[in-house]
Amino acid sequence: MARRKLRIEYFAILRERAGVDCEELDTEASTPAELFEELSQRYAFPVPGQLKVAVNDEFSDWQTLLADGDSVVFIPPVAGG
Amino acid sequence: MNLFKLSAESLRPENFREHLRDPACGGFSTFEGWVRNQNEGREVMELEYQAYEPLAVKEGCRIVAEASQRYGSSKALCVHRVGDLAIGELAVWVGVSAPHRDAAFAACRFIIDEVKHRVPIWKKEHYSDGNSGWVNCEACAEQAANSRVSSSRRA
Repeated sequence: MARRKLRIEYFAILRERAGVDCEELDTEASTPAELFEELSQRYAFPVPGQLKVAVNDEFSDWQTLLADGDSVVFIPPVAGG
Repeated sequence: MNLFKLSAESLRPENFREHLRDPACGGFSTFEGWVRNQNEGREVMELEYQAYEPLAVKEGCRIVAEASQRYGSSKALCVHRVGDLAIGELAVWVGVSAPHRDAAFAACRFIIDEVKHRVPIWKKEHYSDGNSGWVNCEACAEQAANSRVSSSRRA
């Protein structure tokens, strides 16, 4: 199975659970959905209701195919203002 | 000018409004969001804003541009703080100039409402009892945990 190297940056509650701001990961996950599943198991992430995802600093679909070198950010419910 | 910015420094609105002056505009509306000392019955001592900066700025600028298209406002600026804030500090500032007041009020309201829902900024509250929590995240996490417990009980 193809592997790819991804850069993952964490924010808010996910950063606290992961214990790091960002990391590089060599993974078989091919979509953000698969990647979140893999990371949830490792870090026991909560699954916030309105979780979104960004790939390369733009909102993305959970089923987008990830490419080598992509950066991924999971976006728990926001609370600006 | 239609712009969204993040700032790690205290906000000084007197510096912002000069950017929004326009001889074609007769209305200027602002909104200020301040750090409040309580939330949902808990006493808040201070809070922290964290932003996913590249996407926050992109999405914020999109919102400000949408407001201008939707309401015909002339110039708009929204600046949001990041970092640690004390009670009473200015957390977010929105200013809009428009030919008439209706567009200025409406665009200002639109920008703050959309920013709260769409821009990847998170708020952590520190409470007087020593606890702290990410607003909108902790409740979801608890609900998710509870629903997992109740579904496993059902199973």
